[in-house]
Amino acid sequence: MEYIANKEIIAKRIAGIFKTGEVVNLGIGLPTLVVKYIPRDVNIVLQSENGIMGLGPAPAKGSEDRDIIDAGGAPGSIKNGGCFFDSAVSFGIIRGGHVDYTVLGVLEVDQEGNLANFMVPGKMVPGMGGAMDLTTGTRVVIAATLHFQKSGVSRMKRRCTLPLTALREVNKVVTDLGVFEVLGDRFHLAECFSPYTPAWIQAHTDADIIVKNDCRMVTIDVQPNGKTQ
Amino acid sequence: MIVKPIISPKDAAGRIKEGESLMVGGFMGCGSPNTIIFALKEIGTKNLTLITNDTAIHDLNTGTITGVAHLIQIKLFKKIIASHIGSNQETQRQMLAGETEVELVPQGTLAEQVRAGGAGLGGFLTPTGVGTEVANGKQIILVAHRPFLLELPLKADVAIIKAKKADKAGNLVFNGTARNFNPLMATAAALVIAEVEEIVEIGEIDPNDVHTPSIFVDYLVKAEQPEL
Repeated sequence: MEYIANKEIIAKRIAGIFKTGEVVNLGIGLPTLVVKYIPRDVNIVLQSENGIMGLGPAPAKGSEDRDIIDAGGAPGSIKNGGCFFDSAVSFGIIRGGHVDYTVLGVLEVDQEGNLANFMVPGKMVPGMGGAMDLTTGTRVVIAATLHFQKSGVSRMKRRCTLPLTALREVNKVVTDLGVFEVLGDRFHLAECFSPYTPAWIQAHTDADIIVKNDCRMVTIDVQPNGKTQ
Repeated sequence: MIVKPIISPKDAAGRIKEGESLMVGGFMGCGSPNTIIFALKEIGTKNLTLITNDTAIHDLNTGTITGVAHLIQIKLFKKIIASHIGSNQETQRQMLAGETEVELVPQGTLAEQVRAGGAGLGGFLTPTGVGTEVANGKQIILVAHRPFLLELPLKADVAIIKAKKADKAGNLVFNGTARNFNPLMATAAALVIAEVEEIVEIGEIDPNDVHTPSIFVDYLVKAEQPEL
């Protein structure tokens, strides 16, 4: 079976997890794609660690406000009923457990729930930004990642080799192959995205994956370019 | 109320002395005191220690530079304490080449360190960083069987911050996400210089709307370069 990388599948599946009223922080990069797939009848509250509760959609060209950005530095907006606060309040909200979900990008994630996503020693040192606080304080941590690196090696590991962002904090991993829960130092495959099979995923991932008894085969209709068939 | 001196950008930048520690407000350049930054760039005071959330933007490919990145480019800092340098390739280059010492701190820890510095606390206990490199050399304290890191307060010789509006007493109002670290840094430095877009008479800001009380602010500078 040929693997075709597809970030859109990951974003669309994660968007289906949230319920109205839940507070969600989306990381920079792949997690930001989640927004466009949130169902219209689901009204979540987006928290942005630079000081927004109720982050709105990206403003149209020409109507940007230079004093309102998202945590990635891109022009942002605020929804009616939203509010701004300073960085100490923002991280009080995050560490204090007042954010329900955080969705973060991945360099490596392992079956113990360890996450590495902030540096490759000697090569890439962007810094952790808010990622360590988000993984530590948020109720549910979702790691969002293409299943494989460009080299073909899986990003899901038995044990992370890169410096950790957080110890044993990841609850769920969503890749373009399926949904994995982290429990008892193992990945548990809860959903397998067609056309892949649980056996194919197990054979191509360097980690212990238990296929749940109620593991569902799921078809997510979205192409790598974001279009549906 | 006591009226705070409104000084020129050059006068403000001249009050930052060689070897001092400097807090600079802003998040990815948003809410960054750019007028004072440019005046400091002109003067070129060296061997400073920078405390800031992130080192703004320096893209070596496109040449785009924002906020405090203008000062990193001319290497005014011997040490940089920040949570994120990912959008500044020059900071990363200086760090990897060993030209500038860079200490990376989780963003929530950095914010709380500055808050603790300004609030007279001896430090605080945070779960963030337990089991990671951030915990190296730090005391771990168990509270109800859960491990926390003891993090120490941060203070600085000078803070340069940016607000939307000030009255002449120095009461500050911030706008949108340009607030970020600015009100925290206003409390944590021996000398606090606020760059503001608008200066109004005392009494024109409703006391209910003040974000940073005037007593934290020593000098005001009228912003000339809000767009950089």
